[in-house]
Amino acid sequence: MAEKGMGAHLGGHLRENGMLMALVAIVTFFTIVVRVVLDVDFLSAQNITNLFLQNSYVIIMALGMLLVIVAGHIDLSVGSVVGFTGAVAAYLTVTLGWPVIAVVPSCLIVGFLIGAAQGYWIAYWRIPSFIVTLAGMLVFRGLTLWLLAGQNIGPFPKAFQSLSTGFIPDAFGVGKPNMTAIVLVVLCALAIIWMGWRARTRDGEFGIAQEPMLIFTIRNLIVSAALIFVGYKLATFRGLPNVVIILTALTLLYGFFTESMTTGRRIYALGGNEKAARLSGIKTDRLVFLTFCNMGVLAALAGMIVAARLNSSTPKAGNGFELDVIAAVFIGGASMSGGVGKILGVVVGALIMGVMNNGMSILGIGIDYQQVIKGLVLLAAVIFDVYNKSK
Amino acid sequence: MTTLLEMRGISKVFPGVRALDHVNLSVEDGEIHAICGENGAGKSTLMKVLSGVYPHGSYEGDILYDGAPLTCRNIRDSEDKGIIIIHQELALVPLLSIAENLFLGNEVAKRGVINWPQAYQKTESLLRKVGLSEAPTTKVEKLGVGKQQLIEIAKALAKDVRLLILDEPTAALQENDSQKLLDLLLELKAQGITSILISHKLNEISRVADRITILRDGATVSTLTAAEISEERIIRDMVGRDMAHRYPDRVPQIGEVLLDVQGWNVWHPDQQGRQMIRDVSFTVRKGEIVGIAGLMGTGRTELAMSLFGHSYGRNISGQVKIGGKPADTSTVAKAIAAGLSYVTEDRKALGLVLEEPIVRNVTLANLFGVSNRGVLNKRRETQVAERYRDAMAIRTPGVFQKVVNLSGGNQQKVVLSKWLFTDPQVLILDEPTRGIDVGAKFEIYTIMNDLAAQGRGVVMISSEMPELLGMCDRIYVMNEGRMMGELTRAEASQERIMSLILKNERPASNGANSTEKVA
Repeated sequence: MAEKGMGAHLGGHLRENGMLMALVAIVTFFTIVVRVVLDVDFLSAQNITNLFLQNSYVIIMALGMLLVIVAGHIDLSVGSVVGFTGAVAAYLTVTLGWPVIAVVPSCLIVGFLIGAAQGYWIAYWRIPSFIVTLAGMLVFRGLTLWLLAGQNIGPFPKAFQSLSTGFIPDAFGVGKPNMTAIVLVVLCALAIIWMGWRARTRDGEFGIAQEPMLIFTIRNLIVSAALIFVGYKLATFRGLPNVVIILTALTLLYGFFTESMTTGRRIYALGGNEKAARLSGIKTDRLVFLTFCNMGVLAALAGMIVAARLNSSTPKAGNGFELDVIAAVFIGGASMSGGVGKILGVVVGALIMGVMNNGMSILGIGIDYQQVIKGLVLLAAVIFDVYNKSK
Repeated sequence: MTTLLEMRGISKVFPGVRALDHVNLSVEDGEIHAICGENGAGKSTLMKVLSGVYPHGSYEGDILYDGAPLTCRNIRDSEDKGIIIIHQELALVPLLSIAENLFLGNEVAKRGVINWPQAYQKTESLLRKVGLSEAPTTKVEKLGVGKQQLIEIAKALAKDVRLLILDEPTAALQENDSQKLLDLLLELKAQGITSILISHKLNEISRVADRITILRDGATVSTLTAAEISEERIIRDMVGRDMAHRYPDRVPQIGEVLLDVQGWNVWHPDQQGRQMIRDVSFTVRKGEIVGIAGLMGTGRTELAMSLFGHSYGRNISGQVKIGGKPADTSTVAKAIAAGLSYVTEDRKALGLVLEEPIVRNVTLANLFGVSNRGVLNKRRETQVAERYRDAMAIRTPGVFQKVVNLSGGNQQKVVLSKWLFTDPQVLILDEPTRGIDVGAKFEIYTIMNDLAAQGRGVVMISSEMPELLGMCDRIYVMNEGRMMGELTRAEASQERIMSLILKNERPASNGANSTEKVA
């Protein structure tokens, strides 16, 4: 029996390590191919910066989508909500001339209300989330067109743009490389190693089969090396983008929420067995409602970041984003039936999607082939999951 | 008699576990052969090997069927040879008709076009054979569990069955339906159909089985003939030790009234005007084990769930007092806070989050107990789970094992741990030993006695009268949503319980209680 526990433990980590390996492999692949074909550095400071700026919306929304999917639901409306909140932001700033400090919370509240409006029907009326959010997808796309009157609205004031294209200034006055960036990244790497070590010793205390030291070391070396490398590259360019700070903060917040907070735990129980959760005194309806409210807020944040990056709100903004986000969550190891999935997996899943988007665009691969390849990667990741489980 | 089936030296290894270890099984043509064993003894695995769920080559050993080696690649192969297995979880499609279900995958059709008149005709003759008089167009969801079980057998007959395997067919049936099913098995035997019957219910086995093979820890312990079958012998072979007493000894120490329910009324959640619980009143004292007897579907579960946070029904009225004070049990959270716990009869669907580890299931109903301002203390959580693992003797490599991998008895202990961690004053246990083997039952009984000894009140809902008689200080008898009477330990007997149930029973209108004769 002990062997079985060990096997299950390794199996569980195989998934996480496997995704990390896949990410490393994909990055290596693009680095070599881009170098050979175009004689350009894929891992240049500028491209790494671009990578984060271009894909921040996927990671931000994937954090909320993970909760929705873990709760056993789905949200198809996030792409349209991105478009709509972007349009609201443009309307408030550009057309009405509101200050940015008022626009940002207003848009987040709009996102919350959208999530609440959809979550209400899903949680309290038990209407399938697929249907409610499919309706939401149409409604909010339509409202986007209506609010923008079919036009682009822009440009945004500098303060709003800095949501996406701003950078953290160098607090140490070195300039290049940006010392703030380097210090933050090194601290981050140390924190990851320290937390990993703590979890490992805790496992040991509780008699859980520990991950072999070798794998633990290698994984942490790769992660910290990658982190410091990325940080250094960013530092030599323009420093840490504001978006990266937002991303990191949100990832840590949601990681803590899902792993260590009672409410997070309850969402997993609800997705694993709703009836059992309800009979354990958990208010499952309210929890579902809140996950959709949360999703709405994150979609609004993503909407503003996308608008800020494009420096205008367009009727087509956010088109198809829901698919990238949902794909990232499933690549990251979440289960369609709910109850399973981790924040770290989702972030890796989103990075895989992002790196592929970016790499294929650089190589000039047509949007047609890009879609085919992304689809196949999603399928392969889920097949890998199912295969691992059945073994 | 000739040997129909001979399984020799069957071994099946899963990663890290040897599920079957050189198991031998020999079944004569035309007999009813029972297989007995604790949960996890390997009964189901053996049947999966036989029916081709685990294909030839994935196990060691030989199978001879009808004199020739049997090498099934899948279930279809074994079904072609007349080996048909009826699983514990029924494999019927509720929204399809009886006829559609009977011939599912095996339709009466020519080139894909179904011949309905012929299908209905065949359905009727098959239904007659199993003693049902339903119309072939009736949807399966309209039938009770007992009748659905008979439909499963009719489905097997439709496939020209020679060897019928039934995996705990009566686990979900009430007494008269079980009897009907067993009669049918005897009748099929007279027609030359061989059966393998997996069952935990020893009285059934001794009633119908010609021989019995007992498995323990993945190995054959013994094969007994009808003459040798006795409950004591079977139990001894199953658990590997003598079990002098089926129920643990206990000296009741009964105190003041703990739970007092007065005038409880509950209406059906969907059907207008249908009252499920009528003016029910009962009490539970400190340190007392109170039984609620009655047939299935008489409102016992509905009573318990409506009490526990209004989890069932509408327009609930009545008074609940816990410890002498009026208690608000209108939501599950409030009921838990008031000191009430309900251990469901369906632990897989309602009691556990199967894909999560033991530790998370144990703390689920009382996360406040292991957290501080919403932040979980995982060290404390693990200590709590370890404590219950020791106290309950949950057999598992560790508390981080997923619950789905545990046997029924150990799963039930996890559910009990979950509720004990809420520190309830009164526990309502709904069929706490259903689908659990003899050894684990004894352990659950012991835990119940301990709970009573700690001064808690225990309510035990059960369909097995011997268990109620063996465990309870007082037994309430329910029928059709009413309390029909109350018996003290000294007064109670199976006959008196039955007579209370039948005291003023009106002609049954729902299908589950109909009593037409087996043709």
